Amino acid sequence: MSVAVTTPSGRSAAARLGSGIRDWVPAGAVLGGFLVAWQLVVSIFQVKQFILPGPIAIAEAWQADLPALWAATTYTLSEIITGLVLGVTAGLVAGVLTARFATARESLMPFAIAANSVPILAFAPVFNNWFGVANPLSKAMVAAVLCFFPVMINTVRGLTSVQPAAIELMRSYAAGQLEVFRRVRVPNALPFIFTALRLSTTLATIGAIVGEYFAAPRSSLGQYIATASGFLNFERSWAAIVFAAAIGIGLYFVVVILERIVMPWYGARDEVP
Amino acid sequence: MPPRRSLARGARPVVGFGVIVLLILVAWEGAKWLAGDPWRYESFLGTGISIDHRPPFRLVPVNDINLPHVWSIVEEFASVDARGTTTLAVLVGAGLFTLRNAAVGFAIGAVVGLTLAIIIVHVRFLERSLVPLLVVSQTIPIIAIAPLIVIGLRADWLGVAAVTSYLTFFPVTIAAIRGLRAFDPRAHELLTSYAADRRTVLWKLRLPSSTAYLFTAFKIAATGSIVGAIVGELPSGMSQGLARQILTGMQYYTLGPSYLWAAIVIASALGIGAFVLVTLVERWVLRDARPAESGAEA
Amino acid sequence: MTDTVTDRAGRPASGPVVELVDTSKVFGGSAGPVEALNRINLSIGRGEFVSLIGPSGCGKSTLLRIVGDLISASDGMVTVNGKSARQARLDRDYGMVFQAPVLFDWRTVRQNVELPLEILRRPKAEREAKARDMLELVELGTFGGHRPWQLSGGMQQRVAIARALALDPAILLMDEPFGALDEMTRERMNLELLRIWDRTGTTVIFVTHSIPEAVFLSTRVVVMSARPGRITDLIEVDLPRDRNVETREMERYFELVTRVREALRSGEGAPADPTEAARVRAEGLSA
Repeated sequence: MSVAVTTPSGRSAAARLGSGIRDWVPAGAVLGGFLVAWQLVVSIFQVKQFILPGPIAIAEAWQADLPALWAATTYTLSEIITGLVLGVTAGLVAGVLTARFATARESLMPFAIAANSVPILAFAPVFNNWFGVANPLSKAMVAAVLCFFPVMINTVRGLTSVQPAAIELMRSYAAGQLEVFRRVRVPNALPFIFTALRLSTTLATIGAIVGEYFAAPRSSLGQYIATASGFLNFERSWAAIVFAAAIGIGLYFVVVILERIVMPWYGARDEVP
Repeated sequence: MPPRRSLARGARPVVGFGVIVLLILVAWEGAKWLAGDPWRYESFLGTGISIDHRPPFRLVPVNDINLPHVWSIVEEFASVDARGTTTLAVLVGAGLFTLRNAAVGFAIGAVVGLTLAIIIVHVRFLERSLVPLLVVSQTIPIIAIAPLIVIGLRADWLGVAAVTSYLTFFPVTIAAIRGLRAFDPRAHELLTSYAADRRTVLWKLRLPSSTAYLFTAFKIAATGSIVGAIVGELPSGMSQGLARQILTGMQYYTLGPSYLWAAIVIASALGIGAFVLVTLVERWVLRDARPAESGAEA
Repeated sequence: MTDTVTDRAGRPASGPVVELVDTSKVFGGSAGPVEALNRINLSIGRGEFVSLIGPSGCGKSTLLRIVGDLISASDGMVTVNGKSARQARLDRDYGMVFQAPVLFDWRTVRQNVELPLEILRRPKAEREAKARDMLELVELGTFGGHRPWQLSGGMQQRVAIARALALDPAILLMDEPFGALDEMTRERMNLELLRIWDRTGTTVIFVTHSIPEAVFLSTRVVVMSARPGRITDLIEVDLPRDRNVETREMERYFELVTRVREALRSGEGAPADPTEAARVRAEGLSA
């Protein structure tokens, strides 16, 4: 009899996490090298600060204005998380309902796909007007709407892309619709949903920050960046961008970790991302 | 399949889309009928019918400022400014300006993305070190950098193009890496038996095999380029693009909300139009291809 | 007819476990109705191993699915295990194996075998014990913790068979289960299947388009014609009970293979009366 290809995937979670971290070493090395080179270029060629400040200058600006930066970051983060929760939840519910009713699917899916290509950010001023500029909900709604469509579309795709033979199999067990949903459709849809979740973290971050460009209280990352740039104070802008980047990366990795927990079987065969 | 049947099949999503839009408009006006500001028309839309309706409820979010009547928005398109040009003409002009910038950014991003993918596919070390960084870079709200790029570079359109191309290159790179590897290994063996060099393999095998994946990415990139162009215009204060129109609409919102909504309609049309355009090109380029497997789908 | 049929163990069949009377199936296609099956009459006794063989499109898979109540017949009567096909399905009287293993990626091999037991809400201890037994039966006892993609095609099909047997069904429906495997693996799987059949005594209905496989495995081969599908011949396979590698080299084996092949060929211009064809052939052979 032929032998199985690999050993059972019984490695502990810690072992898998360890190998995951090891995957990042070459990337970390390149990033480190890039930062060093950046600083050298700026110092040696005496690049004027308003074209490109060096990493050290940025770090100094960061330290100098930390309280304001931190306040802006937490404010924006609250908008992002609110938007994520609202948009993802609504997207999941809409996706499940749409997948369930074939007639709804025919019209809702083309609409969702088209709506996904609309520059939702153009609606930011409208949300500002509806909810009030000072209300974080106005930016959270921009983030929520941005996440809603990809999550909905991917949920529908995942729930309906089950191989027909699997459905036949379940029918041969006289399994009800709910059983099929629970045991077949949902596990099948999880990879699709997580792809959309990863995208959503990026979209929500962009939505909140750019929404803030239009109009927002001063103590928000978007306004901080816009104001600092307006005054040509680019080290401050970059310092704020580092925080924005940290939010984006942090949320993305939360989803990655969540994915490894919920779908332990998945990472073994496909490569990330 | 006979042409007439495939046309009918292609029309189904459009009809579906239209149905939903119609439902939304009905709900829009329906909400205003139930809870908006009073409807007082002597001659409703020129039909001679007079309407005097007081809605039973009052909800602020659906009053005439927050949710203008659909026909008010339509009328806004036809209304004329001091110089005699219709709002429609102004907005379409601004839209075309933004579209041009978006297209330039899209083109640059697509070329850069594809080139980067070709390099990564051929140099193994780069994949392990570069791709994770690229992924991380996309989680950074690069749009946050837009003001810096645009103000710092001081050449407005260049800044916009830079922001836009940043948004478009990433999906193209990731899709191209997958696509350039998605060829049939037996076809590769065949070329190797002809002692084909790497360049030949690239042009004759990898690139053709990757078209389905590339188009999926192009659809995402098209949408992203419109967004990037609008956002890039914002901090630069460029007067010709859609961003300025949106800002104007924002400023005069309490006086005439319809202008902002009209600008949003044009921006939406731009986004959907870009997507549809790429889809049509895809249908034409891939017209003889084998029906797609789910792997290449967006 | 049913009285003379015996199963592999030589036990007389007590009553047909599957009975089809004048069963027909017409599909309503966009290009007009398609008659897939035309007046199928078939009786299968307990413990038999019956192969359905025929050219592509002859409706053998359709027939299998009608027995399994995955498709409904347009006309005629279908009795499975003394009940309607629908009731048999609701009572889970059969297990099904498809051409693709249809294993769930997100479950381990053991969890895949447990699936039907979960659907029936059997308690955990019972599920795990049964799954282990079934995997032992298909000689994959040590692979319970593996993931489906870690196994070869043949092994995955064995898991599918283990799963199909998990509820101890009276009937096993198999739709070209070894079609995707190479010849060597296929012959090995044939032996495996016969061993399992011997152990469990399940009635097997096996769809195939491999003549050697049909003859090697079965107690009876049902030959079907091209569309609209009819039964053109019923061939008793009177090879000895213990079939192994040597069986494939016996003269009787070759004779039966030839008979089936001829029946298939003549099925392209299918005669209206299958028993007539059988009589003609029987006379021809004894001449």
